[in-house]
Amino acid sequence: MRRLFVIILVCALIAGVGVGCKKAEVKPTEQVVNLGGIYPMTGGSATFGTSSMQGTAMAVEEFNAAGGAMVDGVTTTINYINEDDAGSPEVGASAAQKLINQDKVIGIIGAVMSKVTLAVAPIAQSAGVPEISPTSTNEKVTLVGDYIFRACFIDPFQGKVMANYAWNTLKVKTAACLFDNGNDYPKGLAENFRASFESLGGKVVAYEAFTDEDKTVDFKAQLTKIKAAKPEFLYLSGYYGSTALILKQARAMGLNVPAGGGDGWDSPELVKIGGAAVEGGVFSNHFSKDDLSPKVQAFVAAYTAKFGAAPDALAALAYDAAGLFLDAFKTVGSIKGSDIRDAMKNTTFSGIGGAYKFDENRNPIKAAVILQIKNGQQTFLTTVNP
Amino acid sequence: MGQFLQQLINGIQIGSIYALIALGYTMVYGIVRLINFAHADIFMFGAYMGFFLAPVMAKVFGGAFIPTIIAAMLITGLLGFVMEKLAYRPLRYKSRLSALITALGVSLFLENFCALPFVFGPTFRKFPDLIVAKNIPIPGSLGLIIDNVLLFDVGVSVVLMVLLFWFVNKTLIGKQMRAVAFDKPTASLMGINIDVVISTAFIVGPALAGAGGILFGTTYGSLNSPSLGIWWGLKAFIAAVLGGIGSIPGAVLGAYIMGISEAFATSVNSNLGYGIAFAILIGILLVRPSGLLGKFMPEKV
Repeated sequence: MRRLFVIILVCALIAGVGVGCKKAEVKPTEQVVNLGGIYPMTGGSATFGTSSMQGTAMAVEEFNAAGGAMVDGVTTTINYINEDDAGSPEVGASAAQKLINQDKVIGIIGAVMSKVTLAVAPIAQSAGVPEISPTSTNEKVTLVGDYIFRACFIDPFQGKVMANYAWNTLKVKTAACLFDNGNDYPKGLAENFRASFESLGGKVVAYEAFTDEDKTVDFKAQLTKIKAAKPEFLYLSGYYGSTALILKQARAMGLNVPAGGGDGWDSPELVKIGGAAVEGGVFSNHFSKDDLSPKVQAFVAAYTAKFGAAPDALAALAYDAAGLFLDAFKTVGSIKGSDIRDAMKNTTFSGIGGAYKFDENRNPIKAAVILQIKNGQQTFLTTVNP
Repeated sequence: MGQFLQQLINGIQIGSIYALIALGYTMVYGIVRLINFAHADIFMFGAYMGFFLAPVMAKVFGGAFIPTIIAAMLITGLLGFVMEKLAYRPLRYKSRLSALITALGVSLFLENFCALPFVFGPTFRKFPDLIVAKNIPIPGSLGLIIDNVLLFDVGVSVVLMVLLFWFVNKTLIGKQMRAVAFDKPTASLMGINIDVVISTAFIVGPALAGAGGILFGTTYGSLNSPSLGIWWGLKAFIAAVLGGIGSIPGAVLGAYIMGISEAFATSVNSNLGYGIAFAILIGILLVRPSGLLGKFMPEKV
């Protein structure tokens, strides 16, 4: 028994030395490194996970087909490993441990939900593995550390986008805000809209609030006050339900100025409830499949051909997040986390969501799309640069 | 000045809907001394009945507004009758607290049952346009605008309130109701059938709330979810207390004060809006604890 063991050991040693020698003599011309993805593939947001995974996988596939990256003269391609976080921070954290310790990934794309990303990010940060989340909008996500990035703009940014659009394109000089002051999302958008619009030289003549989107249905008192202030533009940063009701009541009292909002408008219910009152309304969003730019159209066509359905914003952002990471990887030609991180910080990647550039907190400064409700349909209007 | 009058109009419109709900609270309280928390959900039920019945009514009668209101009133009246029969009557001579807890239970049951996907469902419903909204600008320099929906809201509630006053003051059953509200044991000694009187209160109150539900749907055009009644029911209840619970004119007065003070408070500062409105109410109740038109009745020993 012992003899058998010794023989095996010797054989193994010889084999090892042989491989080692071979490696030293002939340098391989190709290698494969791992890239991890963490998405909710099961649970209540499984559709988000599927879209994101498909977008990421497509970006990796295109990267490999284009020849990968050169690392120290070795052609390096990517093996994509997708992990399920089930929408839970705990599951996401253990997926991150597995990817980093076992699969030795060079980077992580994900997660979708801010709460999961906030659990994954400290692990990636302490291991020195760059992570980029396609869609986590919570401001705290990238504040975890300098290895953490995101591909979507954070909520308040939408206020700025609409302020620019109102001032530059609609050429309005005065605006009014009406928002739910019990919810950070509409409040943040409205605050940012006001700050940006006034810094452009405009004036917010009425800044009115209401309590609890789910309970309030009567906005006439606020609208009467707004109407008396004679704004040229109405900024409604809430969700589709309150927006539809506000616009119905505003139109009924003869307040017929153009209205705008954020991605909370993005629901077919808006038109169903609001009817003619929401017609002509404009809102900012991350992505539109109707964007006519050739890059977007090529992506939409390729994605649809591959997966049998048009891409949503999640697929587009995941595609961009992976693309941005791989672009940085290719540029720097290193599999070291700190090298890739530095390259990402200085990225000039141009994706389907426009040109990316990171601010000091690694939030992207990039264009948003403006959509308009026309004949009851969301139609792509324009892209607004920050 | 223009804005002041416009806010007054806004307040009267909301107040009209509050009034229809508040009347049910006050009638039931006057007769059985029970705060019927499920009343808010009857209001919701009425609104959803409008959603389902309006297309049918439009087909049968041509116009939908008045037939839908009447149909919804009949159904919510029936619902109130059944509710009293099943949930409150068995507890009538038990402690008052049990009835109150039961009322909360009925309320929660109605909300959650109606939120089931095969009942009304938890999502947004677009309420059918019973009236084609039309603006009526008031001539003059103030730039006031009212719409025909507002006229219908106020008109319907005033007509129903007049009918209710007539019913309570002139009909035999109305007089019996007042007698029972005044002194239940003596009224029953005089040969008044208490069961009939209580059932009547539980039919008339919910029927008014059902009409309020239709006005709500017509005015706002959207039913958010089957819990939409809670908030409106709560405010109408406060209006009833403000006017003096148990007093029918008090409920109407309280409802209009509530609606108007809400509109004005919101126009002063929309961040504090409801807070100011409720502070006014607390102030009034501190001065008159039994409400504006309520009678102070010491507990009989």
